[in-house]
Amino acid sequence: MPAAPPSRQGPDTAHTIQSTPEAVRGLLATLMRDLSTADVPDGACGMVELVLAEALNNVVEHAYRGAPGGVITVHTALRGNVLSLRITDDGAPLPGGALPHPDDPALPGPRADLPEGGFGWRLIHALTTRLDYTRTGGRNRLTLDFDLDHMG
Amino acid sequence: MNLTPHESNDQLTVVVEESRIDASVAIEFKDRMRELTTDGPRRILLDLHKVDFIDSSGLGAIVAAMKQLDDSQRLDLAGLTANVDKVFRLTRMDSIFAIYPTVDAARIRHDH
Repeated sequence: MPAAPPSRQGPDTAHTIQSTPEAVRGLLATLMRDLSTADVPDGACGMVELVLAEALNNVVEHAYRGAPGGVITVHTALRGNVLSLRITDDGAPLPGGALPHPDDPALPGPRADLPEGGFGWRLIHALTTRLDYTRTGGRNRLTLDFDLDHMG
Repeated sequence: MNLTPHESNDQLTVVVEESRIDASVAIEFKDRMRELTTDGPRRILLDLHKVDFIDSSGLGAIVAAMKQLDDSQRLDLAGLTANVDKVFRLTRMDSIFAIYPTVDAARIRHDH
């Protein structure tokens, strides 16, 4: 495995945004620029962007139920090939208070039975090396780790 | 949502002229595809070579575009970029579509 370049020891960052799709899009663009500057390969950037988009869209659409007044904070820490993200919000808890684990669909099957949803959490699970959810004091905290050298 | 249709020889090719198919355009994509494919040719080919980002909503919209076809029609995909290809593989949706590297490759394979 090649050693990660020293420039990947990026400074930790924290961004706080409002719970709107526009704010999510803006933050994704900012964080992807940061990763690209830190020499993270394009393929890994694309997959991190995907997971972050899924997780943040979940917060906007479900935790805050599409209402714009909520606040979301994303912390990032880059240590060599490991990127850690922590997403916190004060919206509703995940259903059942735990991470969803959607089953794989039964494929192939009749066209009418094909799933049109449930892909988001499957992608999040598949692309992270660690995934942890806690709820304390009315606050959701989702922690995600990525192995940047094995996700292009 | 900018989609460009080309119809020839019993095939409708639809080029997605956007770099992203995400939650903000998913419903519009599905509706536009319905307009373009209703009473259309039996084979629809969706050209995704300009798309470099797709999320779960965008993927769901492509599946929905296939499910809303009538039984005699089929939807094939061409030109998946690396990120898009990976999303199809990770969700196993690569197993329900015929996927071709390019529009030309899709045409040749289909003719034989």
